[in-house]
Amino acid sequence: MALAAADTALPESRRMGRGYWADVGRRLMRDPVAVTAACVILLIVLAAILAPLVAPADPYKGSMIRRLKPILDANYLLGSDELGRDMLTRLIYGGRLSLFMGVLPVVSAFLIGSSIGIFAGYVGGWVNTLIMRTIDVFYAFPSVLLAIALSGALGAGILNAIVSLTIVFIPLISRVAEAVTTQIRTRDYVEAARVSGAGPLTIIRVHVLGNVLGPIFVYATSLISVSMILASGLSFLGLGSKPPEPEWGLMLNTLRTAIYVQPLVAALPGAMIFITSISFNLLSDGLRSAMEVKQ
Amino acid sequence: MTLASDSGGARDRGGPAQPLLSVRGLVKHFPVKTGVFGGAGRVVRAVDHIAFEVSKRETLGIVGESGCGKSTTARLLMHIIARDAGEILFDGEKVGARELDLSSYRRQVQMVFQDSHASLNPRLTVEDTVAFGPRVHGVSRSTALRQAHDLLNRVGLEPARFGGRYPHELSGGQRQRVNIARALALQPRLLILDEPVSALDKSVEAQVLNLLLDLKDEFGLTYLFISHDLNVVRYMSDRVMVMYLGKAVEVGPSDVILKDPRHPYTTALLASMPSMDPDNRTEEAPLFGDPPNPIDPPPGCRFHTRCKFAAPVCSAREPGLGADLGDDLVHRVACHMADPSSGHPGAVAAMERA
Repeated sequence: MALAAADTALPESRRMGRGYWADVGRRLMRDPVAVTAACVILLIVLAAILAPLVAPADPYKGSMIRRLKPILDANYLLGSDELGRDMLTRLIYGGRLSLFMGVLPVVSAFLIGSSIGIFAGYVGGWVNTLIMRTIDVFYAFPSVLLAIALSGALGAGILNAIVSLTIVFIPLISRVAEAVTTQIRTRDYVEAARVSGAGPLTIIRVHVLGNVLGPIFVYATSLISVSMILASGLSFLGLGSKPPEPEWGLMLNTLRTAIYVQPLVAALPGAMIFITSISFNLLSDGLRSAMEVKQ
Repeated sequence: MTLASDSGGARDRGGPAQPLLSVRGLVKHFPVKTGVFGGAGRVVRAVDHIAFEVSKRETLGIVGESGCGKSTTARLLMHIIARDAGEILFDGEKVGARELDLSSYRRQVQMVFQDSHASLNPRLTVEDTVAFGPRVHGVSRSTALRQAHDLLNRVGLEPARFGGRYPHELSGGQRQRVNIARALALQPRLLILDEPVSALDKSVEAQVLNLLLDLKDEFGLTYLFISHDLNVVRYMSDRVMVMYLGKAVEVGPSDVILKDPRHPYTTALLASMPSMDPDNRTEEAPLFGDPPNPIDPPPGCRFHTRCKFAAPVCSAREPGLGADLGDDLVHRVACHMADPSSGHPGAVAAMERA
């Protein structure tokens, strides 16, 4: 006990700060890659939110005589597009829709998918088999194909694109949720809770959720980049947002005709998609390793 | 201490003569999955017709090799897994029937798990873990936490220091103390201890065992102590039940069984204990081979494949747990050699020896 006494005389405040999430935060801050990725994302998000203040021009106002100006042109920092609109402005505004269509489907799929997965995993038995095999039917389609098919069936439009992307992601997230829950369910502490007479809802709330949401959350973060790329793809095909709305995927589509005239300008929306999605991926990698604690 | 109230007093129904727990014909067969279509009928006989009783305030030790069904028995008693057959009487009341429903049974029987690490939620503080059970049963948060602090104190963990800690900030012995406190939080009468010290260091093991003995006196508890370590069982138990491949092979007072075992398996187990005396060192393994596959246990006596006294009768007929062998407390053994009428050549010799 002498050994225990030495390291236990901690003030109350210090002890309260030793919670799990505080630990995760501290470890994340020590990871330079994750911090950089988080800063990039923060920058893009802030720029998108504050677009009217930050952007140098009007995103819809074009000029027929100043079309397809190169990067670092006197009037246009990042050039102009095929209708003579300022590229920098359109990229900043485009972040609004692109981020929205990247994040919202993942958030809704996270809520629905983890509910399905946790329920199936906790109940187990034939209920689990029934639910998960149904999920597998969706899982069997390649996600791009499923997203296009659903969007096509629902009709073009931002809302329909979001709905179809949500449907695409639900099976992926339920799979992960079910796998993690099945693992946790057989742990001795869940059995101890059952033995102490707790009902299934209490056990899920107190003992399952806290241990399951972390891994699902990390996985969902990695889906944001997929969602952004798919959303851009849908817009590119004309199934998402419509012109003249600035959106990275759509801009990539409309500028493709200019690829021989101004290749660098035409590649800019693609670069934005690339930077944002890789930042989300790196952040989720950092989160994953920060959350791997000796439990 | 208020928690140490009359665990045996007000709730004691049948008086001291009535066993606290009596188990009859307990059976658990796990089906073996061999594929999508086939495999019907193949089962692992994890627990096969076990019957025993635990008197009030005694400690019954269950020993056996790994895979003999000790832990399955514990989980059956806790209703973590459903039994296939058999009945469990708690203080004379049938468990699971209308007399004693599951939730009031569970308040009176708690369990300490082997793996102190896996049995604590990594996201809950120590005090929340201990307070969880009472909170489930409607005790207010502040009262439950106060009781948790009392209990932590009682198991040797100062609540001000350890209450707000997470399991990974504790040592194995400290975690097992938390597990014990959690089990006691519902003020049970029977505590099932499933290898509570086998994952601990020897020095910590002794501390935890002594703590368990103290708690037993203080709270008037009854223990069912499962272990593979005969030294630990000898230290803790009043009576011992030896299990082999899902069957009880010998039951009796621990000092009698450990001094004068009658079943060849018990003898072999005792001989396999390491000895401190160099003159007394075991030169050859007392048991050869692994236990047979419990999917197809050998016919007759399940031990006959490894028993050096095996006779034809052993593979032909299964010995039952026989009559009392005439000791002070009931000592019974499932071996043909203990039954003069069995026709086993060793039976006569055993009679003469007695």
